[in-house]
Amino acid sequence: MRAAPSHCYNPASMPDLLIEAKALTKDFDGFRAVEDVHLGVRAGEIVALLGPNGAGKTTTIRMLASLLAPTRGTARIDGTDVVEDPQTVRSKIGLLTEHHGLYTRMRSEEYLEFFGGAYGMTANAVRSRAGVLLAQFGLDGDRSRRLGEYSKGMRQKLALVRALLHDPPVLLLDEPTSAMDPSSAFQVRESIRDLRRASRAIIVCTHNLKEAEALADRIAIIRAGRIAADGSSASLKSAYLGGRRMEVRIAGTLNGTVGLLPEGAVLEESGVDWLRFRCQDPERTNPLVLESLARAGVRVVTLSEVEGGLEDVYLEVVGRPGAGG
Amino acid sequence: MTAEVSRRGATGGAWLVARREIQDQSRDWRILAPILLLTLFFPLLMNFTARLAIDFVNRYGAPLIGDRLIPFLLMVVGFFPISISLVIALETFAGERERLSIEPLLVTPLTNLQLYTGKMIASLVAPVLAAYLGIFVYTAGLVLRIGWRPPPVLMGQVLLLTTAQALVMVSGAVVISSLTTSVRAANLLASFIIIPVAQLVILESLIMFWGRYEVLWLIVVGLLVTAVLLLRMGIHLFSREELLGRELDILSLRWIGKTLRKHFVAGARGWADWYGGLFRRSLAPSWPAVLLVGVILLAGFAVGVRLSASWPLPGELFNLAASEEVVRANLDALGFLRPEGWAWVFSNNVRAILLASVLGAFTFGVLGLVLLSVPLVILGYLAGNLAAAGASAATLMAALVLPHALFEIPAAILAGAAIVRWGMVVVSPAGGRSLGEHWLKGMAEWARLTIGLVLPLLALAALIEVFVTPVVALQVLFGG
Repeated sequence: MRAAPSHCYNPASMPDLLIEAKALTKDFDGFRAVEDVHLGVRAGEIVALLGPNGAGKTTTIRMLASLLAPTRGTARIDGTDVVEDPQTVRSKIGLLTEHHGLYTRMRSEEYLEFFGGAYGMTANAVRSRAGVLLAQFGLDGDRSRRLGEYSKGMRQKLALVRALLHDPPVLLLDEPTSAMDPSSAFQVRESIRDLRRASRAIIVCTHNLKEAEALADRIAIIRAGRIAADGSSASLKSAYLGGRRMEVRIAGTLNGTVGLLPEGAVLEESGVDWLRFRCQDPERTNPLVLESLARAGVRVVTLSEVEGGLEDVYLEVVGRPGAGG
Repeated sequence: MTAEVSRRGATGGAWLVARREIQDQSRDWRILAPILLLTLFFPLLMNFTARLAIDFVNRYGAPLIGDRLIPFLLMVVGFFPISISLVIALETFAGERERLSIEPLLVTPLTNLQLYTGKMIASLVAPVLAAYLGIFVYTAGLVLRIGWRPPPVLMGQVLLLTTAQALVMVSGAVVISSLTTSVRAANLLASFIIIPVAQLVILESLIMFWGRYEVLWLIVVGLLVTAVLLLRMGIHLFSREELLGRELDILSLRWIGKTLRKHFVAGARGWADWYGGLFRRSLAPSWPAVLLVGVILLAGFAVGVRLSASWPLPGELFNLAASEEVVRANLDALGFLRPEGWAWVFSNNVRAILLASVLGAFTFGVLGLVLLSVPLVILGYLAGNLAAAGASAATLMAALVLPHALFEIPAAILAGAAIVRWGMVVVSPAGGRSLGEHWLKGMAEWARLTIGLVLPLLALAALIEVFVTPVVALQVLFGG
């Protein structure tokens, strides 16, 4: 008899960094796919890995998941070296692959039973855990259908259930909400936030910058195999764009109001009844802007942050399409 | 924090994978229908054919043909269902890769060997069981209708042949599937399995009609050795690194050239350094292969001597003393004792070595060694005949062959060792390299030995063969 695996984990026993990569490098037959990647993800932290296609995101994820051996450098998952003990590393990881890769002739329960078995879970443990996850992702009513009959979104959700089945401390999610309708995508994002609250370390690879900004505590942008930028959304904006972009809309016309901006607010552009400025610290600068405008008798309709700042950072880091050099 | 999961035992993990694959096959009518057809309908058809054929040949007084036909059909009945194993294996390995369902499987803690074994079992179980059932149905039909009872040894041979052929086809299919990224490409490459196996079946048929059933044991052994080599190669190729690290089939000539150059030069800083490295890095680890090739060439010579006893040449052919003018004319016609003779002999030997190398590179070295052994078999055959004709074989061999053989045979042994090492590179540990780079490294090692040692020895041997051996031979044969 095999001992029943424990699917609980104890946050107190966790090392601070659940994912730790140092100088990870990977060469394929003369081509360097990943170079000198340093990355650390703590328990309860979500890191979004952004980058153009072919930048090295998938290769990095595969090295962290002990699927590919690094040419140089080291990586540890929950304290286990990815080269020295790949089996243990893989048992500690839930990987949502870019392509769901389901077995279309199977039903969800037998599919999950197979993967649970591969992780050494007992049939009872799989059944109970699968029941919870299928219900959580709204797939409970589709157990009798073959997976080939599932919609794209349902397949994606089942693939996520597969990645979460063995309750791993580390999650590597490649495009977790692609092919999903907005409500399913919302449901999945909420689940990812729940997992962060449950002290998992999560890396999300995505091309959806809004999702990255909404979910991630930190954003790492990978370009030509190297991590070219790493930090919180705010710190990246500050570093690459010189602060966050704010927009003021007023009732009436500006008429020289632009000159009233206080120190710390740098005017970027303006129109008849609006202006945009950048500032490093909106919490301190914005009240000063409002105060200054009010003193001049300008009636402010809205003061808001301009969306799309991360896109500008991203383009700044990876290069704008058509831009030379 | 850790999500503790227990590890499956090696057999448990393999069986888990096999069970899922077999379950999947049992839901695929494209696999089920032909297996059922070949298991139940085809043996009955062969049964019917056998009875008709026996009646026919008996009517014309040739019962021997009927006696030979029955075992032949027994083998055919077993072979047809196992041909499905190739399709299943391609689907199981290349198909899973093409459908991109392989990566979730690779993410699990199951080892490469567990995944490989599970898939191998799944590819073999249904076709082999179907083949056994087909053989049973065919035999039962003949026992009931005409009272023919198969000799137990023949039955054992057919069952073993069937199993070994299935093993070779499936293990070969894994190798092919691991080298391709689509079922289409794998199907195209499957010709490399289908054609040799089809030829083997024709050979087996001839042997069975000939009635030399004992030769089938040699084929069983050959198949099992091939299967072991292919299994080893498959285990090496079916790894996460190979499957996920090589997702492109693009041929980069630049990279190939760069890699070959790197391993050929091997960091040497000049010709002297390169030659030093050649002895240290290439020749030193080649001794087991050198020994093996030496033994094989010696065995080739012994086979030649033995053949001379079975098929002797007429003794008057060896009355060389009576034909001095003919010998001198032939030497002249072939360009001996002239520089152009050297070019002819050298280029001939180089062509033979290159052909053996190409054949050996894709057959684990086997065909290369067969080709290299041929001259030794011929020499043995001549020596045997000379001895049988009452001539002094040792003296004649020493005069006609020894001077240049002193350099040519070491060259052949070194070339053989280089070929064996290159051919076996696919079943040896790659040391973290991709199979492509590992194979190119093997090719570079072959080139180092060939260019550094074999060609200079052959050039020297050709020089002696053209300018020294004829003089010695004429001296010994005709006294000057």
